[in-house]
Amino acid sequence: MTRTLKEQVVKNALLLFTFASIVVLGLIVAFLFMEGIPIFQVVSLKDFILGVEWYPTYDPADYGIGALIVGSLVVTLCASIVAIPLGILSAVYIAELAPGSIKELFKPVVELLAGLPSVVLGFFGMVVVAPWLQNTFGLATGLNIVNASLILAFMAVPTIASITEDALYSVPMEFREASYALGATKAETIVTVIVPSALSGISTAVMLGMSRAIGETMVVLMVAGGAAILPESIFDPVRPMPACIAAEMGETPFRSAHYHALFAIGMVLFFMTLAFNLAGECISNKFRERGSATL
Amino acid sequence: MVNIETWDISISAKNVDFYYGTFQALTNVTMDFEKNRVTALIGPSGCGKSTLLRMFNRMNDLIDGARMDGEVLFEGINIYDPKVDPVDVRRRIGMVFQKPNPFPKSIYNNIIYGPRLNGIRNKSDLENLVEKSLKRVSLWNEVKDILGRSAMTLSGGQQQRLCIARALAMKPDVLLMDEPTSALDPISTAKIEELIEELKKNYTIIIVTHNMQQAARVSDYTAFFYLGRLIEYNRTDRLFTTPDVKQTEDYITGRFG
Repeated sequence: MTRTLKEQVVKNALLLFTFASIVVLGLIVAFLFMEGIPIFQVVSLKDFILGVEWYPTYDPADYGIGALIVGSLVVTLCASIVAIPLGILSAVYIAELAPGSIKELFKPVVELLAGLPSVVLGFFGMVVVAPWLQNTFGLATGLNIVNASLILAFMAVPTIASITEDALYSVPMEFREASYALGATKAETIVTVIVPSALSGISTAVMLGMSRAIGETMVVLMVAGGAAILPESIFDPVRPMPACIAAEMGETPFRSAHYHALFAIGMVLFFMTLAFNLAGECISNKFRERGSATL
Repeated sequence: MVNIETWDISISAKNVDFYYGTFQALTNVTMDFEKNRVTALIGPSGCGKSTLLRMFNRMNDLIDGARMDGEVLFEGINIYDPKVDPVDVRRRIGMVFQKPNPFPKSIYNNIIYGPRLNGIRNKSDLENLVEKSLKRVSLWNEVKDILGRSAMTLSGGQQQRLCIARALAMKPDVLLMDEPTSALDPISTAKIEELIEELKKNYTIIIVTHNMQQAARVSDYTAFFYLGRLIEYNRTDRLFTTPDVKQTEDYITGRFG
């Protein structure tokens, strides 16, 4: 085989593999839409998104997923409030401040946490966090927004921390030296030079962490409480969208309105994670610096 | 060797040894640097000249496993005394690096970075300082209309002059330059050399360079290092014409190194 022929073969083989995975993904998305769109013959898009009555098995049935969307957003928001500062600060500590031995211990531990199966975390939330919440605050149920948010935050922290850490490591040594040479302290250097230079990577980390939280199914299925109502306090149970799909898909007749409604929820979820990823991309582009000193 | 009157000494190294882990980078270096003069440190790669330079503003503190013996006196005070805060040292002894390293911030914010940390908040003071510092390095006319633009958009030579201006904005007494032109083209290099000539009226300058012509052009004194030892320290005109030590002559005539 000649060299150019070999190059051609390798190139085309890789193209084929790339193409195959894109096609499969594309077909899955197409399937999602094909199965989801028919629900709009039963209910208008407006009532579907804004309606807060989710009674898919009643007669007549109600297909309003407003409460489910609110459930997802509230849980994700609360999880982010906990996970973003925690993730970023621990990354700053590990990357910039921790002495060698602690760094070598913490770094793998954080990465290990990212690998914990979500069902294990859900289980922990159910048997440890829920009873504790219930007893401490005197609640009817410990399976609620707070519980789900805490567990989701716990899941998102390793993602945010390890990506942020990589972003901090990629800040060139020259910037640090320049800052120290101008008489900046370590804290000043971290706040005014290192973190701003890594902002692009940090925003990617945050967006990935949040989209992980919003798409996560098992944890919210187990600990969010599952009530399809608009929450009035953070101690109310909610039914986030992934939990709803997972809980109901097995019970619903094939190609029924309920079945199509669940697929339509999947579409909404798809658009939401897409929005998160696009926003992440946008923000990280905005903060992307021009390469270090070009000559 | 060089004898400098006590009142003219800015920095002096006394019996300095320096180690990276078990590797000894400097051995028993003793030398004085005269105020408002340019002193060049030359020698082959790995001879310890950059290490010595970075000792004068305690930049080596940032390296794990580095250790030193001896004293570095700056205006009579040992800057390695445990009571001395390296941050204070660095505010008075500025540094310019081999590769231009402006922050990925605007030109304006690059200059005011140090002064602002030093507590200068007044907007007009800062603006004056930016103008003065940039004029000092003759960059003002080139950038006065684009102060808000990222410093990363400047050319390499402009970036290096910006870095010098940034160091000057701290109003240091000493300027350390670690091969400041090795990454620049000849025209930018000539500009920086002119600048050094101009700056020595107000600052003590210590410059590390690989370029012997550069050392000969810009410096008043030159020190030749080899394998971590100070081999010869002399007036530049003497060191390059009639060196006292054979090794120096071999090096400057290109017989080794």
